[in-house]
Amino acid sequence: MDFELTQDQKMISESAAAFARRESPVTRLRALRADPLGYTKATWKKMGELGWLGILLPAAVGGFGGSFVDAGLILEALGSTLVPEPFLASVVLAGSAIRLAGSDAQRERYLGPLVTGDTTLAFAYAESAGRYDPAHVTVRASKDGRGYRLSGKKSFVLNGHAADVIVVSARTSGGDAESRGVSLFLVDPKERGVRVQPIQTMDGHHAAMVAFEDVALGPEHRLGDEDGALATVERVLDYGSAAACAEGVGVLKRSLDMTIEYLGTREQFGVKIGSFQALQHRAVDMFVELETARSTSILASIRADDDDDIERKAAISTAKVQLAVSGRFVTQQAIQLHGGIGVTDEHDIGLYFKRMHVLNALFGDEEFHVARYASLPSFHGGRGAVA
Amino acid sequence: MDLSFTAEQIAFREEVRAIILASLPEHLRRKAEIDAHFEPDEVKEWHRILYAKGWAAPHWPAAYGGPGLDVTRRFILTEELELSGAPTLSPFGLMMVGPLLMQYGTDAQKKRFLPKILDGSEVWCQGYSEPNAGSDLASLQCRAQDDGKGNFVVNGQKTWTTYAQYADWMFCLVRTDPAAKKQAGISFLLIDMKTPGVLAKPMLTTGGTPAFCETFLEDVVVPRDNLVGPLHGGWTIAKSLLGHERTLIGAVGTSRRALRRVKQIAKATPFGDATLLEHPGIRSKIARLEIKLRAHQMTNYRAVASAQLGHAPGPESSILKIRGSEILQQCFELAMEVMGHDSLAWENTLGVIPPAEQNIASAFNYTRATTIYGGSNEIQKNIIAKLVLRLPST
Repeated sequence: MDFELTQDQKMISESAAAFARRESPVTRLRALRADPLGYTKATWKKMGELGWLGILLPAAVGGFGGSFVDAGLILEALGSTLVPEPFLASVVLAGSAIRLAGSDAQRERYLGPLVTGDTTLAFAYAESAGRYDPAHVTVRASKDGRGYRLSGKKSFVLNGHAADVIVVSARTSGGDAESRGVSLFLVDPKERGVRVQPIQTMDGHHAAMVAFEDVALGPEHRLGDEDGALATVERVLDYGSAAACAEGVGVLKRSLDMTIEYLGTREQFGVKIGSFQALQHRAVDMFVELETARSTSILASIRADDDDDIERKAAISTAKVQLAVSGRFVTQQAIQLHGGIGVTDEHDIGLYFKRMHVLNALFGDEEFHVARYASLPSFHGGRGAVA
Repeated sequence: MDLSFTAEQIAFREEVRAIILASLPEHLRRKAEIDAHFEPDEVKEWHRILYAKGWAAPHWPAAYGGPGLDVTRRFILTEELELSGAPTLSPFGLMMVGPLLMQYGTDAQKKRFLPKILDGSEVWCQGYSEPNAGSDLASLQCRAQDDGKGNFVVNGQKTWTTYAQYADWMFCLVRTDPAAKKQAGISFLLIDMKTPGVLAKPMLTTGGTPAFCETFLEDVVVPRDNLVGPLHGGWTIAKSLLGHERTLIGAVGTSRRALRRVKQIAKATPFGDATLLEHPGIRSKIARLEIKLRAHQMTNYRAVASAQLGHAPGPESSILKIRGSEILQQCFELAMEVMGHDSLAWENTLGVIPPAEQNIASAFNYTRATTIYGGSNEIQKNIIAKLVLRLPST
């Protein structure tokens, strides 16, 4: 058991924190909310130069070959100032899908330019009727000669408004919610028949609803085995959850810090309001939740790379549930302790509240992960049981 | 970062588990299986067995007869002992006054007291709280006056002195300088419970056990040699205990065992064609509590790993008491909910409810104390607000 950071990890963590502070303070997200892209290509390129976009990718494509713990350190820093660049969508989701399922040629073609910051990616898995079930896939990829024809709709595709390539889960066989029959495809949104409807999400980020109308795909656009991609989708979403937890810790830490700062400066009844025991205890409750969410985020980061399905799912679901519980409490109470100013758009705390909600609603919410946790053999006395 | 225990640590855990199982005498094992309440003699019996194995005090250094285990192995041993359901040894000697004597005691005090704490032949109780000094402990009034003949004469009343009626010794905070500022006039005394003038009156707890006492001290003569640390220096000593063994107070093993019991009861309780474990609401509650416990366990692991490297306790260790005590309460609360009507039963109901449920109601009541003793959770929060969050004081 060892939760110390290595020298390399300390460097990543410190440089990411400094980058977030200097290059992308919250004012930047605030300004970019109204921008159609929502982030800047220059900053994305800079993140590439720092080596972050290849943090999870092998050296063969120019990557750093790091563990998910390394990525988690970057994500925590990005969360602390709400950096809007599409790290989650491109690196964690689509990047992992291509790394896990791609051929050497596909990896080279799609991940090479990602590592350098020349492209961004997106991962389209959610559908309007599927809630959080990754097997619920109604977008169809019908056989057409050696290739496929893709039709259907994906919802809330993070960075879908700007991605150079979208990884799409589609059904190549089976019924709408069957595990077998799901495949992944690499789709260029400029292809004929792809309709991208840009949307803004609550947190000031941008995404898209993406419709496919008889889009022609060659066999080289299929990512991994035909019909057998669900396991990859699940792993990618587990990475997404672990990322949400790591970023969430950054969001919560900053929310608490801002609140403590406010309690130490705001005066009422002639004293600093932080001297009131009711508010002190609330702040301690927030601190307890933050540290608990940090514990489970570490757990999720370590287990995210684990091939053992049961251990990984138990850890990820634990962390995602804890993030929901802690995240709600900390950001709600942060607003409460700020009072009226906390409900204004001009104060940053509301932006943290919004990002926290988005992280909770992505990749399976609290209910989804409680149910998934309870369905694992480890909950029923099997290997890995806690109780 | 690495979440796994080493092969040696895993082997140690297995060895510990096997030895605990093999060493528990049949009559204790039968009680352990249903988490029954252990009588003081049974606790002592188990103490002697663990002492013989060298495991009575996982955290004691080898120089004082401890097993000389590192932080991680101490945690593993403690967790396995908790998981086994074996009697919990009285913490007052092993966890509290023992380590304090190692730090502040004279050589003569160490020699006199430590071996008997370790082998369990002398049982201790804690004389801190008083009727008017609970959370505001420093306002305590129990008075110790120098009689000029090498003794203190102690007068006053202590309360919540857990199992004082069975104790041989009491470590006690007494006021030696009533003129000084309240924290400054307190001393740390060791009192022989057989001294004339000491009277421990048991009180029944809500759990139905006589765990608490009111302890009256009337002209109790205590040799000056029983003063630990400097005169009027008792507050510092008492406070330093807060920094001891933070990694072992999370009760992770105890809560894991309790939650296992919850599942066992749910699984044995029919619900329609299935069992209560399939009831969506109950199942979700159990899963949520297990997730909370797993998160707490991870916080405890962080504290253990950090202490193993010799670091001072970090922010994670300060929340172990708050979180651990709440979770343990919630386990028994959920057990009661799962029991349904069976949770109405009280003592002397053998055969009315299944043996596995027999002692839940008592624990459900008694564990309300976990958020109160050892510095109530509200006091813990005051400390964190001040020392960790550095919030302004009034």
